[in-house]
Amino acid sequence: MSIDMSQFHQVFFEESFEGLDSMETGLLELGQGGEDPDLINSIFRAAHSIKGGSGTFGFTAVANFTHVMETLLDEMRDGKREVTTDGVNLLLASVDVVRDMLTAVRDGSSLDEERVGSTQAGLEAMLDSTEEATGTEEGQAKIAPAAGWQIVFKPLPHLMQTGNDPARMFRELAQLGDLETEVDLTELPPLEDLTPEECYLSWKLSLHGEATREQVEEIFEWVDGDCELNINPLQPGSAKNEDTPEIQDEVPEKTKNTQAVSDPAASKNSTTTQKSPARAKSGGDSGSIRVGIEKVDALINMVGELVITQSMLSQIGEDVEEFDQASFERLRDGLQDLERNTRELQESVMRIRMLPISFSFNRFPRLVHDLSSKLGKKVELKLSGEGTELDKTVLEKIGDPLVHLVRNSMDHGIETPDQRVAKGKSETGILHLNAYHQGGNIVIEIEDDGAGFNREKITAKARERGVIGENETLSDEEIDQLIFEPGFSTADEISDMSGRGVGMDVVRRNIIDLGGTVEVTSRPGEGTTFTIRLPLTLAILDGQLVRVGNETYVVPLVSIVESLQIRDEQINTVSGRAQVYKLRDDYIPIINMHDAFSIQERHGEYADGLLVVVEGNGQKAGFVVDDLLGQQQVVIKSLETNYKRVKGVSGATILGDGTVALIVDVAGLIRLSRKKSNSTLRSVA
Amino acid sequence: MATILAVDDSASMRKMVAFTLKQAGYDVVEAEDGQKALNAAKGKTFNLVISDVNMPIMDGIQLIKELRTLPNYKFTPILMLTTESGADKKTAGKQAGATGWIVKPFNPDQLLSTVQRVLS
Repeated sequence: MSIDMSQFHQVFFEESFEGLDSMETGLLELGQGGEDPDLINSIFRAAHSIKGGSGTFGFTAVANFTHVMETLLDEMRDGKREVTTDGVNLLLASVDVVRDMLTAVRDGSSLDEERVGSTQAGLEAMLDSTEEATGTEEGQAKIAPAAGWQIVFKPLPHLMQTGNDPARMFRELAQLGDLETEVDLTELPPLEDLTPEECYLSWKLSLHGEATREQVEEIFEWVDGDCELNINPLQPGSAKNEDTPEIQDEVPEKTKNTQAVSDPAASKNSTTTQKSPARAKSGGDSGSIRVGIEKVDALINMVGELVITQSMLSQIGEDVEEFDQASFERLRDGLQDLERNTRELQESVMRIRMLPISFSFNRFPRLVHDLSSKLGKKVELKLSGEGTELDKTVLEKIGDPLVHLVRNSMDHGIETPDQRVAKGKSETGILHLNAYHQGGNIVIEIEDDGAGFNREKITAKARERGVIGENETLSDEEIDQLIFEPGFSTADEISDMSGRGVGMDVVRRNIIDLGGTVEVTSRPGEGTTFTIRLPLTLAILDGQLVRVGNETYVVPLVSIVESLQIRDEQINTVSGRAQVYKLRDDYIPIINMHDAFSIQERHGEYADGLLVVVEGNGQKAGFVVDDLLGQQQVVIKSLETNYKRVKGVSGATILGDGTVALIVDVAGLIRLSRKKSNSTLRSVA
Repeated sequence: MATILAVDDSASMRKMVAFTLKQAGYDVVEAEDGQKALNAAKGKTFNLVISDVNMPIMDGIQLIKELRTLPNYKFTPILMLTTESGADKKTAGKQAGATGWIVKPFNPDQLLSTVQRVLS
């Protein structure tokens, strides 16, 4: 029979990645000086499991690699080898390699074979070369004598208490050839002295046939040490002796247990476990999620309530003959219940997709540890709010931006121990990652007590790059925001982690794509704080409904700065076509929604309309609309999957009255209009 | 049909063993560590116990020792899942009273033939 093992692969990968995580945590702790034998043992066990599993499922390279790790760890836990920093670091590097190897196997991605090879060589070098090759004893010549084997088998009294059964072994022998058995009863005591659990018999066996010595030995393999065993080649020519009584079934008494017919023990593991940390981080989304059982229970309750409300409502519909005031009230109450139920259900379901941010934060102790040594800086990582939950997809996508910001803090923010002491700070810098809920968002703060921004340097670089004009003066906050400009970096050399100048703008772009925002505040000499705000879920948006002509559009609330009545005198026309609005000290470009979406040109002056001031990608603009309708949560439906990608539109939604409203892509629309007005300018000029 | 207790802290291994044996018609109960296995064994008398050695809470060797003290398990076949380099484990297991072992890595066919061997 062949069994498809691949059905177990996913579980294996999940538990292996978990195991690698726990190994890493354990090794980091070990590196801090904890020589706790239990700790080493648990690290060993994790490696051992991965080795065993990968061997079983045929991932040989992984098995071989983890075998070397395991051997090293074994020596450490036996006390044969001291736990050294080098050892711990090498093992940490090995954990990374195994992660990569497993990811490569699971996803079919590419693997840096060289790194695997060199790390493995490093492990092997560290291992004592006096490690004995433990192997099976070789050297038994495979002699298949023509005649067979003479076997003298004398079990020690306790043999059966190991669960081994001579009868079974003889049956196996009988499958290898013709078996004759001769029992020796000489040791059998009188009945009253006989202990049923012990074996008093021994046998002389003749196995005729072509069985090899290996085959015979294999049958007795388990009882080596529990018996006397002599295997000698049968002299060719010794025929079956018919006079020898064949006593094959006479076995000493033993208390054999009858199969107890009892209820099957209900020790099955349920697949939804209580708040157990699932695998996380690595971008490879395996498409499954572990959910705390209480969330599922809450969901079931909600649905229950929904069913009740629904049947109540249909009851009203049926009972009533005439629709009077009373039934109207009941209907309205029922509908309110329905609204509440639906909302609770929605929240409950969304919570299923939510995971604590600790899954993302988990990678940072290791990252900070590695970077600290690499950069020669001392950094203490503080984590708070790890339990704050956010949507799984957002969680997966926020990982890389967070890593970049942390690297940035460590690279450019926190100073070397010498520099810090010179400034009167403590040697060890503090990097604080904090997460909490605020409104409908999750806020993540990355704060360091490092050098803060060198505003002169930033301004100089910005002037050099042409990002700002020579004579332009900016406020401190505006200077701080400059770091998000593309191609911007004040690093004098490009260190291999940040400073390539491709970082910050990509970070911001990624966060914006998630529907969030990122801000930075810096206190020169004292430190820098990055604040990321993300919506709790990607599927739902807080929107402002606006009317443009006969159409309704949705503008994301997060992008709206303010709304105001247009005053004609504030409008200036630039180069004949493009218009700007004077908003306090700023001039912001006006985008006429009618024009942008080709809706029937509005008649009349702007004075009838409203200006919705929005911000996208750090730029402000004003949308001219006819009316502000309500604010509500809208469910984002993809335009792309249902129709095609449209510039300036980020999605669509279905309103309460069944009509479709397009959701405005604020940044995109601003970009579009700029292009349009630029081209118009050119054609005018 | 024979009942088997499969003990391993690795879920993937445990499930693979259980699945293989169930396909062959055996009843299988799983346990993820020695203590849970011991509890299960006290509640129901199994025809065969297959156990990994390295497990948290109670390891395989300890489990075997404990099982052998139970009246129903004096002669029950108990197989250890060991690795080829774990010679010392085999000795310790035997001293504890194990019947024999299955060497990891193994494929389902090897598992089945060994089990059939022991339960015939």
